[in-house]
Amino acid sequence: MWRNRSMGIASITSISAVLMILGVVLILILSINNAVLDTKLKFDEVEVFLVEDLSNESMDIIEETVKEYPGVLSILFRSKEQALEIMKEEWAEEAYLLDGLETNPLPDAYIIKVNDIEYADELVNDVKTLDGVEEVKYYKDVIDKLLIFAGYIQFGGIMIIGILVFISVFIISNTIKITVSSRRREINIMKYVGATNGYIRGPFIMEGVFLGIIGAMISIAIVYFGYEYFYNSMNDKLYDLFTFYLVDPKLIFADLAIMFGTIGSGIGALGSLVSLKRFLNV
Amino acid sequence: MIKLVNISKEYRNGVTALYDINMEIKKGEFVFLVGSSGAGKSTLIKLLLKEEGISRGKLYLDGMDITRVPNRRIPYIRRKVGVVFQDFRLLPNKTVYENVAFAMEITGSSPREIRRRVPIILSMVNLSRKASSFPDQLSGGEQQRVSIARSIVNNPPVLIADEPTGNLDPDTAGEIMKVLLDINNRGTTIIMATHAREIVNSMKKRVIALEDGRLVRDEEKGGYSIEIPNI
Repeated sequence: MWRNRSMGIASITSISAVLMILGVVLILILSINNAVLDTKLKFDEVEVFLVEDLSNESMDIIEETVKEYPGVLSILFRSKEQALEIMKEEWAEEAYLLDGLETNPLPDAYIIKVNDIEYADELVNDVKTLDGVEEVKYYKDVIDKLLIFAGYIQFGGIMIIGILVFISVFIISNTIKITVSSRRREINIMKYVGATNGYIRGPFIMEGVFLGIIGAMISIAIVYFGYEYFYNSMNDKLYDLFTFYLVDPKLIFADLAIMFGTIGSGIGALGSLVSLKRFLNV
Repeated sequence: MIKLVNISKEYRNGVTALYDINMEIKKGEFVFLVGSSGAGKSTLIKLLLKEEGISRGKLYLDGMDITRVPNRRIPYIRRKVGVVFQDFRLLPNKTVYENVAFAMEITGSSPREIRRRVPIILSMVNLSRKASSFPDQLSGGEQQRVSIARSIVNNPPVLIADEPTGNLDPDTAGEIMKVLLDINNRGTTIIMATHAREIVNSMKKRVIALEDGRLVRDEEKGGYSIEIPNI
């Protein structure tokens, strides 16, 4: 099997590459899904973040303006301290990480509940222009953007993966072809003695699957440990919104392993079949 | 056992290798297939081994119509037709025993069955003592006997030998013929394509002669060529 080592390495590398890209795309999509799910819960909420130490007057103006809007159900003030408390609750076990903060980085905010999303866009646009408003978060926007973004990633990912799968199958079929032709004599004799095509194919398909599984193992290791490292280092930056939605590497490991194993061995088997088809037609 | 009815073979390049061949070979017969190179012997053998398709006519093996069979059934037909070639076709990295056992492994025999049968077959061809030798340590005659052992180990009703003595000196060829006769006497139908005039003449078996793709002679207890009486 290792007679054609460089081809074997090329096969394994190409399968690993496919699976690594698949892994990255998958993690991105899962994370975006996470974010979408979470923000959907807050669909009827508009968060208005205020600049630091805003005067009471300005706050009153904002409050009044908002209340006049049709479709506004309620407006609540959430101080930065409250916001931190909420965050601690959400983080549960990891809340101790927040204790290390010297200053509270979260802003004061108004939480506006709307009962009719029809008016929300207009409200958001108007409130943005008010003095003392740092940022307005309306989650429908975020969801829409996320969904579009997820769509791009999915589409691009599928395209790239499709092309790479094709290349991998090609490389593997060439690898197997070398083995097949080195064992041509044996295959020829097997045929005369009455070996079924399945019997002849068996070992070559095993070789393809073997290459695929090795590729899968390498890519699982790289994706898993790479992502875990990324995940941990991102989580040190507490206030980064996006990291909050990143999927936990531990949760996806098993699924990733199963998926990579299946796809890797599938590519391997397919590559073998492609290369054997020609040889067996006698 | 084997029956050919109006068989013709035309290759894709337009060359016609066999014209309208009819013959019937009964169970247990020993038949020589003679003819000069290019007469169609090889093509006929390829048809019997299902290596080439049949253009026209009907081919029966053991009462079964095998004129056209799906690819997946071909291996099962080949198990009924053992084959021996001029160039032995042994696996160089396997011992004599393994070369023979290989044929049984392929057809799914149990290890116990293999351990039981391979030694019996090797003793039939007088190779018991060479079981653990590799092909390149054997003489040509010995290699051919390994090849014969391999072809009959699965007990096929028919054995096709394509110039089995072509690479061997006359004495060794005689040994091979003895082995083949022995196998024939145990009930296996044998078809042997050959150019060996002396062998055909001395054996007094049925002779089928091909010439330019046509069957020109089918003679019981025949000779290699027709004796032209001196006038």
